[in-house]
Amino acid sequence: MSQLRKQGLTRRALLARAAAAGALAIAGPGFIAAPDAAWAVEVNAISEHEMATLLQMARDIYPHDKVGDRYYAIAVKSYDSEEQKAVVREGIALLDAAAKEAGFVNYLAAGWEDDRVAILRGIQDQPFFQAVRGGLVTGLYNQKEIWPIFGYEGESFSQGGYIARGFDDIDWL
Amino acid sequence: MAQAAKFDLNDDGVVVIVGTGAGGGVLAYELAQKGIKVVALEAGGRYYPEDYINDEWDSFGQLAWTDPRTTSGDWRVAKDFSGLPAWIVKAVGGTSIHWAGASLRFQDHEWKALTTYGAVEGASLLDWPIDPAEMAPWYDKAEAKLGVTGVGGRPRLPGSNNYKVFEKGALALGYKEVHTGNMAINSVDYDDRMSCQQTGFCFQGCKWGAKWSTAYTDIPRGEATGNLEVRDHAHVARILHDDGGKVTGVEYFDKDGNLQMQKARVVAVAGNSFESPRLLLNSHSSMFPDGLANRSGQVGRNYMRHTTGSVYGTFEKPVRMWRGTTMAGIMRDEARHDPSRGFVGGYELETLSLGLPFMAAFLDPGNWGREFTTALDSYENMAGLWIVGEDMPQAENRVTLSDTEDRFGLKVANVNFSDHPNDIAMRNHAYKVGQDMYKAVGATRTLPTPPYPSTHNLGTNRMSERPEDGVVNKHGQAHDVANLFISDGSQFTTGAAENPTLTIVALAIRQADHIAKEMAAGNV
Repeated sequence: MSQLRKQGLTRRALLARAAAAGALAIAGPGFIAAPDAAWAVEVNAISEHEMATLLQMARDIYPHDKVGDRYYAIAVKSYDSEEQKAVVREGIALLDAAAKEAGFVNYLAAGWEDDRVAILRGIQDQPFFQAVRGGLVTGLYNQKEIWPIFGYEGESFSQGGYIARGFDDIDWL
Repeated sequence: MAQAAKFDLNDDGVVVIVGTGAGGGVLAYELAQKGIKVVALEAGGRYYPEDYINDEWDSFGQLAWTDPRTTSGDWRVAKDFSGLPAWIVKAVGGTSIHWAGASLRFQDHEWKALTTYGAVEGASLLDWPIDPAEMAPWYDKAEAKLGVTGVGGRPRLPGSNNYKVFEKGALALGYKEVHTGNMAINSVDYDDRMSCQQTGFCFQGCKWGAKWSTAYTDIPRGEATGNLEVRDHAHVARILHDDGGKVTGVEYFDKDGNLQMQKARVVAVAGNSFESPRLLLNSHSSMFPDGLANRSGQVGRNYMRHTTGSVYGTFEKPVRMWRGTTMAGIMRDEARHDPSRGFVGGYELETLSLGLPFMAAFLDPGNWGREFTTALDSYENMAGLWIVGEDMPQAENRVTLSDTEDRFGLKVANVNFSDHPNDIAMRNHAYKVGQDMYKAVGATRTLPTPPYPSTHNLGTNRMSERPEDGVVNKHGQAHDVANLFISDGSQFTTGAAENPTLTIVALAIRQADHIAKEMAAGNV
């Protein structure tokens, strides 16, 4: 995601679109949204900057170019809580400080993935990074909605397994 | 079905079995068929095929043993999965719900590892006190029970996409013994179980019951004899003994958390290779200050987990390895003992697949960035195999009591493991063979993947001829306590290169015969 900004849209419109996409419930004082407002994520306990940074961080840790931002947003959504607030504040401050040292205004201001990844490599042993990365393993990859992007078909019992649905259909060997 | 038995806590004529997996579940049914009264205590709950879930994390939440454990040693699992050294099951049926079904007999020489390999520095190798000829009839019975394919006139399973890639690669390298395996998964209807529907999710419990598991064969059939009572959610705390050093009963926490005591004539422990030694160690007393049946100091030692690892290959076009049985085929040529390869013992290569969620968790734990994610981007075009090799028993690879306590206040198992140089040499050889196999079929990338949390847990109450070398004798009977038995993979003297379940089952059938004879003779 190159840019996160509040749109000229009303919150109600954003809510409606997000609900239609089935992605996220929107409520509360703030939100961040995709530039085309195809989705939006609310922020209650943490700041919009912190949520936007978390989202970019998630993308940079597990970048899949065919997986849209909304899935990464779902994966980090749980950080927007009273319990996580302090952890996020400290963690994002640490990340932005590392970005400053590398010559950027903050993490989001580093435009190339390589630059951001270099910043992340510098903090990858920190508990905050490890918590975000560890959470993504299930938070991102266990979203059934992204499985088709990888070709994974999930549950098969209800369809009678693959005995008549291509368990041995390889044709290029 | 007859009403399942219900035995009194004060009935001191029963055999108490701790655990209901491939060892305990089979022993329970075999004894019950002989008219012996059995109380089986199972820490987990009851699930049947209709309860199993075709979803990796949901199933893990349903079935896996996630009670606390601690780890140490230089194995990577201690870093990446420090609280989860094993991926095994806590349920009636135990890990026989989760296993992939590969049912291989040991090779003859593997019963005599010390004699065959010679002494290996740093390893505590020993010969089994059993001969291959002695085991042959028990293997026959085990294969018939499990309905193993490729033996006994039962056809093998058809080959899946993942297998076809594997087979072509193996044949291209000149390997000969390549087939869809000897599987306890029905290729045709057998023993009131239907044939495999190639659904995948073998690790999550077979929803068709095509794969053998004690959960829906031996356990309910044992209950139908009227001689078996299974108490689920019964967490065993301690085995008790009398002044004569014979065990007298078992203390356990019942499903309401109340401490109960079941009297027993014989106790058989089958809680897998972490919980079985843990229970003996937690059952220390003034007579057995270092743990029950541990005069040798061997309880908990010589933990083995097979030399494992995986290789995944990505290709230009789809493979869809998740379709069909998880373990869909095998290459056995490297299972031989041939020290010219730079290590003793051998290994099997078997196909394996993981769903996307577990692939993300296990492909390269802790790694991130595009090296990792581009591999997953090719998930649909991926084929996979798993290494199963004999690892060296080492005295310091061991289960001890941790300072951590579980919710009952019982000390949990700490699992210490470090690879032996022989293990590393074998793994590296297998990685190269696996990668070469896939390259021979045009792999665009190959991924030598580190071992997962262990499912083959062996050796922590090992069998030995001499009492000072191990915990149990050739019948799994404790050297120190005549009416105490070990009935799971922890009695393995060495691990061999084969998946252990068939041998666990064969030993359990054989042990039931021995226990019945000893009871009839009044020796126990």
